[in-house]
Amino acid sequence: MDWSPLWISLATSITATVLTFVLGLSAAAWRESRAGFAAALIDGIFLLPLVLPPTVVGFFLLLLFGRNGPLGKLLMQFGATIVFSWPATVITATVVAFPLMYLTARAALEQIDPHLLQAARTLGASEWRVFREIALPQAWPGILAGTILSFARALGEFGATLMVAGNIPGKTETIPIAIYFAVEADEIHRALLWCGVDVAISLVLLSGLYLWTRQGHPLRSGWGYD
Amino acid sequence: MRRLAGAGLLILFVGALFNGWPSSVFAQTKSEITVSAAISLKDSLDAIGKMYEEKHPDVTVRLNYGGSGTLQRQIEQGAPVDVFFSAAEKQMDDLQDKGLVASGSRRDVVSNELVLIAPAANTTLRGFQDLALPGVKVVALGEPKTVPAGLYARQTLEHLGLLAQVEKKAVLAKDVRAVLTYVETGNADAGIVYRTDAESSTKVRIVAVAPNDSHDPIVYPAAILKSAKNSSGAALFLAFLLGPDSRAVFLKHGFLTTENQAGKN
Repeated sequence: MDWSPLWISLATSITATVLTFVLGLSAAAWRESRAGFAAALIDGIFLLPLVLPPTVVGFFLLLLFGRNGPLGKLLMQFGATIVFSWPATVITATVVAFPLMYLTARAALEQIDPHLLQAARTLGASEWRVFREIALPQAWPGILAGTILSFARALGEFGATLMVAGNIPGKTETIPIAIYFAVEADEIHRALLWCGVDVAISLVLLSGLYLWTRQGHPLRSGWGYD
Repeated sequence: MRRLAGAGLLILFVGALFNGWPSSVFAQTKSEITVSAAISLKDSLDAIGKMYEEKHPDVTVRLNYGGSGTLQRQIEQGAPVDVFFSAAEKQMDDLQDKGLVASGSRRDVVSNELVLIAPAANTTLRGFQDLALPGVKVVALGEPKTVPAGLYARQTLEHLGLLAQVEKKAVLAKDVRAVLTYVETGNADAGIVYRTDAESSTKVRIVAVAPNDSHDPIVYPAAILKSAKNSSGAALFLAFLLGPDSRAVFLKHGFLTTENQAGKN
């Protein structure tokens, strides 16, 4: 029994989630300090991977990173090829998960009372300190939700991954790809097994979160029911 | 209360729109034949389909292309297909075993050759043995369990003693045209496709032809399905596929035809 899809999927999803967290949060924080039409336009671009079908996203990434694409040619100078490699799975997962993190982080940051931030500034805190010590803790439940969404999206990414990373057993064959080809090959047992693994991962994640929130951490504001 | 009624009316309206309107607007006066065909047949069947429609103006030929395994799966799950035209006997055998093929309707239509291709700009590859070279980093193959071309490729590689080395650098595609695209775009250093696919593209060059005895005979059978909604139309189309007009088209695209078209019925 080849368990490589499990390790590949976990490695890809976790790496992509970390990248998405950093990029999504940075983009959201940056956007919060901007207004105007140009910023709204950037919003549209950032949300594109969510609106477009994954196959289209994969196609664009292929055009970009392929042997004849601008980024692909650049990387070839350094002897690196992205297409049909494991890093491609991380890149596609990050691109599709980014809008989710970006949106939720922005929503979370939006609902902070700006007076708290102003107060910190008047007391002499740097912008970075204001963000790290005032804004982030206030927005934490939303940001955490965004991170979980990103992980889930990265784990389930299929269409774009197949286009850019391809199906290379042992290197880029993620769980969703394994399930797809198992179904195509009428290997129903293999397909069901991998579906089960996916469900198990979700349950482990949820149980972990439940245990963590029970210790008084965010996501249990409960609206006064606790 | 009013808002609920309003919402309910809206839902009814939308539902009525989607139920009654499309079929009345697009009422069919023509009869249809739905053909699920292996994607390597695309160029030929597009032309043959047009020819047939010109000869029979009251018929629309719907062509559904894909990997033969995928098409087989769709038929097993009840897709409304009249004719199945596969790139290998395996998928047709499976359907026959499951009792989904109209008995006596199966015919062998064309044959094909398996070739090794490389991007047109490549000049270094000389034959199948070169696939083991370290310079060849990515080899594109069809996924063997669903794509006939992938299965034939695997058989050939095994026959030539190259399977273990090539497997390590193989990217598996969901149909043979995807293999072609991978090589055309240069994302794969080499690939194994049918001769007809290679000849349909100017962006690849044929490096070598697989020896005939290195894989199962490549036979493309076609048959009418038991669940066909238009069996008589399907029979006429199948007869056309076996006739001289279609044969000319197939030969033009690089397929091989046989005198004996009797299928495994």
